[in-house]
Amino acid sequence: MSVNPESAIVLQADGLQKAFGGVEVLKGVSLTARKHDVITIIGSSGSGKSTLLRCLNLLEVPEAGQLAVHGETLNLATDARGRHERGLQKQIERTRSRLGMVFQSFNLWSHMTVLENVMLGPCTVLKRDRAEVQPQAEALLARVGMLEKRHMYPDHLSGGQKQRVAIARALAMDPDVMLFDEPTSALDPELVNEVLCVIKELAEEGRTMIMVTHEMRFARDVSSRIVYLHQGQIAEQGPPDQLFNAPQSEQLQRFLSSQY
Amino acid sequence: MFDLLIEYAPRLLSGAVMTLKLTFISVLIAAMLALPLALVRRSGSRYLQGPVRLYISFFRGTPLLAQLFLVYYGSGQFRPELTELGLWWFFRDPFYCAILTFSLNSAAYQTEILRGGLQAVSRQEVEAGMAIGMSKGLLYRKIILPHAYRIAFPALGNEIILMLKGSAIASVITLLDLMGHTRRVFSQTFDMSVYVWAALIYLLVTTLFVLVWRRMEHRMTRHFRAPVTPSAPLTSVIKESTRVS
Repeated sequence: MSVNPESAIVLQADGLQKAFGGVEVLKGVSLTARKHDVITIIGSSGSGKSTLLRCLNLLEVPEAGQLAVHGETLNLATDARGRHERGLQKQIERTRSRLGMVFQSFNLWSHMTVLENVMLGPCTVLKRDRAEVQPQAEALLARVGMLEKRHMYPDHLSGGQKQRVAIARALAMDPDVMLFDEPTSALDPELVNEVLCVIKELAEEGRTMIMVTHEMRFARDVSSRIVYLHQGQIAEQGPPDQLFNAPQSEQLQRFLSSQY
Repeated sequence: MFDLLIEYAPRLLSGAVMTLKLTFISVLIAAMLALPLALVRRSGSRYLQGPVRLYISFFRGTPLLAQLFLVYYGSGQFRPELTELGLWWFFRDPFYCAILTFSLNSAAYQTEILRGGLQAVSRQEVEAGMAIGMSKGLLYRKIILPHAYRIAFPALGNEIILMLKGSAIASVITLLDLMGHTRRVFSQTFDMSVYVWAALIYLLVTTLFVLVWRRMEHRMTRHFRAPVTPSAPLTSVIKESTRVS
């Protein structure tokens, strides 16, 4: 199923189910990410792809299923009254700190400078020493080309710059998997490229990533595996060439032809 | 007019000090009460919400003067019971009664102001905090409360000014605040100009307060204004950025 069958599993989701107000959005989705995988989730709007990504780092907590990250398995099953088992919240917080999330609308902390945004997670959640975190944060900012702006507040940056800072902020936690939720959808067309370049570099250096994107060409370039989500279920998945050149299902054929 | 001021300045000043004491002690106690109450209002259980709502609507819906009478004269009705409970020393002192009433009154207003602030915090920024694994406490300390207080800041300043002027009511339960002294001086001299001086002192105090508050607000909202780009060396950057502007 995966392209790197020999490498270790870093994230495994089993039978995730999520409903909003009685509407089933995810109907039992299972997904495995091995080290160095770059998985892109595609699908038409409403197929549940953003929800799936948000369920992976538990910003939405599924009603059923299991999630294993960093050797810790979370039981997400609910009892008859819709409650999760006790102690799940602490597990959720630990799991989230192992996953780096990049949002569509950046979600930078507006009251902190660029550098403070990058340093907050390591200093508070990981309780690391400021003096030790700062050079690393600066190195990350240099990597995404934002070191010059480290004293600026997010309100004074362009969308592309904000997203690059957001990527540095996620990397600062040294996550096992990076999650990208439509990272370029809120950007002006001329700014899309600078963000895609950064993501591509991360892919090339072997970061494990799962992303949702509408940039089909980009997905094809960087992904090791494409997952096609249809009506809350994985309808098809495989290497990009296979999925883009020889789609099996009628829905995927129709979806792909609507993209070009 | 000026000789009156010179003669009674010490008394007016000691009155002003009393007014400041009443106001700021009350406002501070209220601020400490308002945060937990606002958190209950926002996301507490239904059983807690009810009483907090009732409390707020009572203190916002009745006159401050009535509340003060209720506490000061009302407690006199229960003197035996209060003595038995060992609380009479508190309720027999008009200063304590005024502090209690003003604190409860201001806390009701501050709770609602803060609730508005909490509600206006960007959901997205909170999610970003959750996404890196912050606990609830960390989220509040680092993201939610800094934003909520910044948003609520102008309204809180307004509430403090209202309390400052409202504290003049304490003079009717025999407290010698600025208003109390002024009334006394007037009853001895029948010179209306003492009220003018009192008004000017109130005005001076509020003006100073507004200036200080505005400066603080300016600091709190610096991230919305023109960027600062100091060309500082890479080390000690954090300290640098908190000092600048």
